[in-house]
Amino acid sequence: MKQKLVLIGNGMAGLRTLEELLKINAELYDISVFGSEPHPNYNRIMLSPVLAGEKTIDDIVLNSLDWYQQNNIELITGDSVTKIDRVKRQVQSASGQIRPYDRLLIATGSNPFIIPIPGADKKGVIGFRDIADVDTMLAAAKTSKNAVVIGGGLLGLEAANGLMKNGMQVTVVHLLDSLMERQLDKPAAALLKASLQQRGLNFLMEAQTAAILGEDKVSAVQFADGSELAADLVVMAVGIRPNIALAQQSGIHCERGIMVNDTMQTFDPKVYAVGECVQHRNICYGLVAPLFEQARVCANHLAQFGIARYEGSVTSTKLKVTGIDLFSAGEFHEAEGDETLVLQDPSQGIYKKLVIRDNKIKGAVLYGDTMDGTWYFQLLREGTNIADFRSTILFGQHDLGDAGHGDSKVLSLSDSAEVCGCNGVCKGDIVKAISEKGLFTLDEVRAHTKASSSCGSCTGLVEALLAHTVGDGYDAAPSKKPLCKCTDHSHDDVIHAIQKHPIKDMRSVFQQLNWKTPDGCAACRPALNYYLLAAWPEEYVDDAQSRFINERAHGNIQKDGTYSVVPRMFGGLVKPNELRAIADVCDKYQVPEMKVTGGQRIDLFGVKKEDLPPMWKDLSAAGFVSGHAYGKAMRTVKTCAGDTWCRFGTQNSTGLGVQLEHLTWGSWMPHKFKLAVSGCPRNCAEATIKDFGVVCVDSGYELHVGGNGGIKVRVTDLLCKVETEQEVLEYCGAFTQKYREEAHYLERTAPWVERVGLSTIKQAVVEDEAQRKVLYERFKVSQKVSQIDPWKARAEGGQAHEFTTLNIV
Amino acid sequence: MSNWKLVTTLTDIPQLGSRVIKTATMNIAIFRNSEDRIFAMKDECPHKKGPLSQGIVHGTSVTCPLHNWRIDLASGEALGPDQGCTNTFPVKIENGQVFVQL
Ligand code: SRM
Ligand SMILES: Cc1cc2nc3c(=O)[nH]c(=O)nc-3n(C[C@H](O)[C@H](O)[C@H](O)COP(=O)(O)OP(=O)(O)OC[C@H]3O[C@@H](n4cnc5c(N)ncnc54)[C@H](O)[C@@H]3O)c2cc1C
Ligand code: SF4
Ligand code: FES
Repeated sequence: MKQKLVLIGNGMAGLRTLEELLKINAELYDISVFGSEPHPNYNRIMLSPVLAGEKTIDDIVLNSLDWYQQNNIELITGDSVTKIDRVKRQVQSASGQIRPYDRLLIATGSNPFIIPIPGADKKGVIGFRDIADVDTMLAAAKTSKNAVVIGGGLLGLEAANGLMKNGMQVTVVHLLDSLMERQLDKPAAALLKASLQQRGLNFLMEAQTAAILGEDKVSAVQFADGSELAADLVVMAVGIRPNIALAQQSGIHCERGIMVNDTMQTFDPKVYAVGECVQHRNICYGLVAPLFEQARVCANHLAQFGIARYEGSVTSTKLKVTGIDLFSAGEFHEAEGDETLVLQDPSQGIYKKLVIRDNKIKGAVLYGDTMDGTWYFQLLREGTNIADFRSTILFGQHDLGDAGHGDSKVLSLSDSAEVCGCNGVCKGDIVKAISEKGLFTLDEVRAHTKASSSCGSCTGLVEALLAHTVGDGYDAAPSKKPLCKCTDHSHDDVIHAIQKHPIKDMRSVFQQLNWKTPDGCAACRPALNYYLLAAWPEEYVDDAQSRFINERAHGNIQKDGTYSVVPRMFGGLVKPNELRAIADVCDKYQVPEMKVTGGQRIDLFGVKKEDLPPMWKDLSAAGFVSGHAYGKAMRTVKTCAGDTWCRFGTQNSTGLGVQLEHLTWGSWMPHKFKLAVSGCPRNCAEATIKDFGVVCVDSGYELHVGGNGGIKVRVTDLLCKVETEQEVLEYCGAFTQKYREEAHYLERTAPWVERVGLSTIKQAVVEDEAQRKVLYERFKVSQKVSQIDPWKARAEGGQAHEFTTLNIV
Repeated sequence: MSNWKLVTTLTDIPQLGSRVIKTATMNIAIFRNSEDRIFAMKDECPHKKGPLSQGIVHGTSVTCPLHNWRIDLASGEALGPDQGCTNTFPVKIENGQVFVQL
């Protein structure tokens, strides 16, 4: 028999938990849901746009009644649970319904705080929390004129804006002298107030409400100084209180909220709680992003996987008043010793402030231009060291070499503009899918629209669209992004576990790190295979079945299922007999097309899979090894003519390139890795857009790192200058090895350098000589096993099953 | 009408891998998963005819090498939000020998 799960609270956190649970184990429980409200689960966040007339109730339903039915979930609406019997393990509702449980989930949300002043119980005094409140407000707007909103925070201002849009005269009453003091500093608050005043809102600041006047219905608000303000409707938006009455009555330990541990379990191990009603590590959250993270963890434990932990969230805020751009995150009031970066342009109504501690962002307030909010928030959550770009950080991410893919363009794009070039998805499709299907996360958008699921260069745009379409409901990636859906561990967790535990084979990774799937997926297996290989080059046995086909067959798969073959030409140098050998091979195997590549060598297209081994045999006989043009591996070393021939050459760039290629060929990498050597600063080999580039000068060699010429062009950073070829080789090996050991799989050097910071890399490779030598040594050890030509090995019969078919008629 | 054909032995198919059978009319991919279950289906992705035999096998599905659709090995159906289906064939193992019904 299935176990029974009862959910109290048919709201956003509870239902998200059920959705996550169904995703991982739909069979475990019979589920019943009690909800006080008469509606299926809806997007509470969107009540503000509903009030403002920008959306309808139908638009904001998240789980329709059909959804409950399809998933065999019993839904009891309009009925509050009034009693939890923890001994008999059952709950009872107001209407007398009883449901037993094996596991109970409490997600009762919170209640608006109603200030306990005389008259607060009069008709026409409400909070702003649910559909009923919105209905009351809309009805009041039809028949009466004056509204007073008490509380100048996020909720109060959204209520005031909505009421004003419905034709009411609205005054916002605030106790302090500055609006949204929990999200904004004074300069930003002043800009916000001026802009709202211009739209027609009235403000009464530093006013303490003393009483609500009127017969049985409100007629005016009275203040501590005796003054009065006429009112037909009073909305109290001074804060929320976790809704813990039921839990408290049942003897579940509560403080401000229901106390839970990192697994979202209350003090009663059968009872879990998520959402605004809980208190976790002393914090009660009031925004959905952290609640969704809680839901994911809770579902993992309800499904009895038992590995996820919720460790708290950093939150960010946006105000959903159309036309006002405001973003706030983290600690925006500077503490002793903090630094602040401020950009202020009053005539444009722009204000940006970042609070910095030890070169890391601790908080951000943006007003007027919030395009980079997503980026600052990511830097904040990931604790990125910003030393290398702090002088330009306030101008935004596009200042960092982003070739026009920044989200700054997202709003001005038309609906027909193509956002995802790979899958041909337009902005309109994405926005439509987000609002119609109620999507919250990047993964959901990827699954439903395919946008950003291929090359990923449009991820920033899609994230920006999400953020703008669903407001703060957007479930920004948690600071610890899981490696893939098979695990809750991040790339760093996995790399660390493999190196330190130590773990030396794939099955042990699955077991020791509690993988959720029996043998991983197409995303994690190649990553794990690489991490194991990089950590244990001499011990780990490469797993062919965990490699993407290109690396398994050592050629690029083509759209028709044939392969391409790219022999290595060290430094782009080639001899007549080698060219002749290539030509002969092409004749012999009827290669349909030859092409000189961008990497200074020759690509032979359209080779049948079964022809690969004999062809490699012939190439091998002529002295060629694999060019690894198919691999997350060292690709090419591009060189220029250099001082042998060129009138400007300062050093032997060609010869150095050949040496570098002999040092690095065959090496598996987190992603592809390209090098170049230019003989002078004219830089004909384009060394400054390579992963590792050398520019020769009279006095030695400039070493450049982290360049990328692909989807998003990034110019290299200067690592250092050295004087001898031997040093170039050593620094190159050390840099390469550091990247191999620390970068995430499928992260090229450009994003890696930006993530960890150039100074960290300089420290290890340039400043710390001992560490450089250790890294270089480790690289050479790994190269001893990597430089066995895979083509030759297969030409001699290795992995034969890969290349032969089983014929039958 | 039983036209079971002996095609190979279990050990000749790598775990979490595949082999390809050539017939007069088409290529058939034959997969072996981590629990030594065997599946056979037309070697053509319902999306753009990618050779499924070249994909990465996990659980009871294979990820197409061309654009990452996931195909259920037992039913031939595309999984997740993608839609499409490819032909499957009955298979059996007797004494370590693999037969496909064509
Ligand atoms: C053959 C070649 C084009 C040519 O004819 O010149 C080529 C062909 C492919 N490139 Fe490239 N790239 C080639 C040079 C480049 C260059 C230029 C260079 O290296 O100087 C770049 C930009 C420089 C750079 O990488 O920084 C380049 C940036 C890319 C990218 C974008 C990488 C990025 O980080 O943004 C991809 C996509 C990827 O790797 O995910 C890609 C992916 C591909 C793939 C492998 C697509 C695929 O996954 O199947 C293409 C394989 C075609 C085939 O079927 O064989 N190719 N590709 C070049 C092979 C060079 C070689 O000798 O190995
Ligand atoms: C107008 C408005 C705008 C907002 N804007 C944003 C925003 O922009 N960004 C953001 O992140 N967040 C925003 N929020 C906050 C966000 O909506 C909440 O954080 C979120 O809904 C909390 O989810 P929950 O499941 O904890 O509570 P709820 O969604 O409130 O769900 C709790 C449910 O439990 C029911 N319930 C309570 N007690 C019982 C009982 N005894 N028996 C049965 N049912 C019971 C309640 O009726 C309610 O339906 C906004 C909230 C409001 C009201
Ligand atoms: S070779 Fe490179 S640029 Fe050309 S189509 Fe293929 S991936 Fe695109
Ligand atoms: S051909 Fe298989 S996913 Fe495109």
